[in-house]
Amino acid sequence: MSATLAAPRGRVRHRLGLALGVLIVGFIGLAAIFGPALTPHDPFAQDLGQRLVVPFWMEGGSLEHPLGTDQLGRDYLARLVYGARISMVIGVLTVIASGLIGITLGVLGGFFGGRVDDVVLFAITCRLSIPVVLVALAVVGLMGNSFTLVILVLGLLLWDRFAVVARSTTMQVRNLDYVSAAWCAGSSRVSILAREVLPNIATHLAVVATLEMALAILLEAALSFLGLGVPPPLPSWGLMIAEAKDYMYFSPWVIMVPGVALFVLVFGINLLGDGLRDMLGAQDAR
Amino acid sequence: MTRFLLRRLAVALLVAMTVLTLSFMLTRLSGDLAISIAGPNATQEDVELIRRAYGLDRPLTVQYFDWIGRAVLGDFGTSYFFRERVSTLIGSRLPITLTLGLVGLGIALVVAIPLGIIAAVREGSWVDRAVMLVALVGQAMPSFWLGLLLMVVLGLQLQWLPISGTGSWEHFVMPGIVLAFSAIPALMRLTRSGMVEALASDYIRTARAKGLTRLSILAKHALRNAAIPVVSIAAVQLGFMLGGSIVIETVFALHGVGFLAWESISKNDFPVVQAVVLVLALIYIGLTLLADLLNAVLDPRLRA
Repeated sequence: MSATLAAPRGRVRHRLGLALGVLIVGFIGLAAIFGPALTPHDPFAQDLGQRLVVPFWMEGGSLEHPLGTDQLGRDYLARLVYGARISMVIGVLTVIASGLIGITLGVLGGFFGGRVDDVVLFAITCRLSIPVVLVALAVVGLMGNSFTLVILVLGLLLWDRFAVVARSTTMQVRNLDYVSAAWCAGSSRVSILAREVLPNIATHLAVVATLEMALAILLEAALSFLGLGVPPPLPSWGLMIAEAKDYMYFSPWVIMVPGVALFVLVFGINLLGDGLRDMLGAQDAR
Repeated sequence: MTRFLLRRLAVALLVAMTVLTLSFMLTRLSGDLAISIAGPNATQEDVELIRRAYGLDRPLTVQYFDWIGRAVLGDFGTSYFFRERVSTLIGSRLPITLTLGLVGLGIALVVAIPLGIIAAVREGSWVDRAVMLVALVGQAMPSFWLGLLLMVVLGLQLQWLPISGTGSWEHFVMPGIVLAFSAIPALMRLTRSGMVEALASDYIRTARAKGLTRLSILAKHALRNAAIPVVSIAAVQLGFMLGGSIVIETVFALHGVGFLAWESISKNDFPVVQAVVLVLALIYIGLTLLADLLNAVLDPRLRA
């Protein structure tokens, strides 16, 4: 390969990205778990005398409300860390749901091939032709906003990449020596799938999981922003941006705080995924 | 070639039928449509009246085949809210969404292809790293938030562009930029990896050995081969962008089909919702079909 000479420097760079990703996701994860207990304010408590207080770094701000307050006087920091919890929970649960569907379909198609694979490929093609945001909005709009529904809808819509990757990696693994050896040793199909195939494609699936988690978090924010996601007064970051939108021309920081948080979280998860993939690539190349 | 074409067409048709069925099922999810159309203040008689007027008292299978029969002919019924034919509504809004999609794709290609080429030529350098960082930033940017930021900066502070609405070509610039952001990372990565692969190949070495200029090698030999996957992904990305334009059209109050869909969803206007889902899905199916055909024309190896 032509990249051999550049490889050492490249590997350090990827580790840097990976480390930064772990740091960001870890920090926001910790904030999501412990933050709500540590912030002195209640994310739901309104205080109309303290509306749109500016953050501490701006003139007139104070450490009483470090990130300021929203249009109803609710503490922005408290809402932000509570919102981190919502984003993380939705991201993780969506990935579990979509992963179950996608990996099952992909592994079946890749392992059995033939007719089974035709059906799986057809399912993937159909899924890709369905406009995700539109259908998610329509379902939530028709059935009413709820936390569970958002996860369910996203889980049912975001399995395509899992299926594609599980299918292609299973196809590669299926013909390797250790799988043939397991056949010869008399292992059953189920045991070969569970013990030989799945563990060997797991790392590739982990990369997909990070990318899908990032996508699910972005989509939830978009749905909530349009008023068809997590129901208020839950402080989803998308909802916080929607509520702050009317004030953004006078005090732009109101959309900056939740927006930057959303961007940084998704950026961190993507860095993590990219770092993982590059590590895998380096392994495969060796 | 004919066999490939026929097979591909048959699959596209089957996918279209499946989506048709799904978009019908989608709107029946909420349970009793007549109740949601009638609204919270309706009496029992009102609901019955609506149920009969819209044919919702018939068995589901009858409704299903009726909807398919009409949809195939391009008749999607009448909107409950706009009191207009759904096909007329969509027909009048579609040009706006298509314009937005093409503007977005145009911006995305103009940004992504040169950056992808530069990154590939300078593989491993800081330029390459900077380009990959741009891709990561683009991937992580929430489109609706980027839209709001542009409205504050370009619209309010610099006053370069109108903030929202549909009036002139200027109204398409900001939404176009936001939409382009969603397609740039994928297009850029693909251009880069295609070029990296092409530049390392034997025919480029031959071209170098012949003493061709750098520019001629890049443009005539490498780019031509790297462009094949980019062309097909660009078509697919356009499909995704049209499907995703609902968020951007809503942010910028751009009255395309996405905005129409959003209005209809909030008003329980289900004939419009299912028709928009169907039309966008059909456009996507058409675009992927086109991409496959283009690929087959550009790269004879794929015709098998």
